[in-house]
Amino acid sequence: MELDSLDRKLLKIIQADFPLVPEPYRAIGEALEITEDEVIARIKNMVDSGLIRRLGGIFDSRRLGYRGALCAVKTDSDSISQVAAVVNSFSGVTHNYLREHDYNMWFTILAESEEKLEEIISEINKHPLIQEIIVLPAEKIFKIKVNFDLA
Amino acid sequence: MLTEQDKQIIRELQNGLPLVSRPFKVIAGKLNMTEEGLIERIRSFIAGGQIRRFGAAVRHQDLGYLYNAMVVWDVSDEKATETGLMMADFEEVTHCYQRPRCLGWPYNLFTMVHGLSREECVRIAEKISKATGEKNYKLLFSTAELKKSSMRYFE
Repeated sequence: MELDSLDRKLLKIIQADFPLVPEPYRAIGEALEITEDEVIARIKNMVDSGLIRRLGGIFDSRRLGYRGALCAVKTDSDSISQVAAVVNSFSGVTHNYLREHDYNMWFTILAESEEKLEEIISEINKHPLIQEIIVLPAEKIFKIKVNFDLA
Repeated sequence: MLTEQDKQIIRELQNGLPLVSRPFKVIAGKLNMTEEGLIERIRSFIAGGQIRRFGAAVRHQDLGYLYNAMVVWDVSDEKATETGLMMADFEEVTHCYQRPRCLGWPYNLFTMVHGLSREECVRIAEKISKATGEKNYKLLFSTAELKKSSMRYFE
């Protein structure tokens, strides 16, 4: 969608500085000198167009007790969609990308415990079309940036 | 430890904040809490780090960042922490992790870079390489997004 300069200012506020007050949209409107209704309408537009994936809390999975890993598998180009269907069927698989490498399918898994994580990985590994899997849990996290500057 | 009520709050917050005048009141009503109590609890989740950020999550492709590369580095174990911290300092790096090496996979540092073009990602990697002196690296461009979803916790 096309963003005007007011949308951009609004997006900046709601990404980085969402007011935790009883009437947040009114507070944002005051900062931008527009009405609460206009703030809500503009945010709704951005949600409907898919630009905003979600409005709410962005959680730290580790602090919630979850465990995760980045995994990669090698798979033939013919079987990509079949393998993707298996991998993506797990709700803990949140991201899955094809990348230019022998290990061509890269996905992240989150699970509520170490045991559950291993269970999902071994389920995926059992699949006959998956030739090789590498499991790469984060040992150290140096940066996770969740705000994007407007291009 | 998270209480049952904490988990309920988290479930509600991942459904998205309602676009009404008093969104916290709506959620608080469902959970038998006061509006003030809910806002207080959200603040304490932020202070405790369970909520990393409160607000809008944006699809970065829609902001023009069409290209993303996972740049993987083979850095000596002794230098991994120092180098990871240096790489994290780059504005263009959105994620930076250390992960284990394994058979057939020698790379231990992972940086995600986003760019407006493929060339821009290549240039960013070159810049990081120059600054850190690390030369063993590869760019793995994504060619297709097969899944991207928000995690739903405690469901």
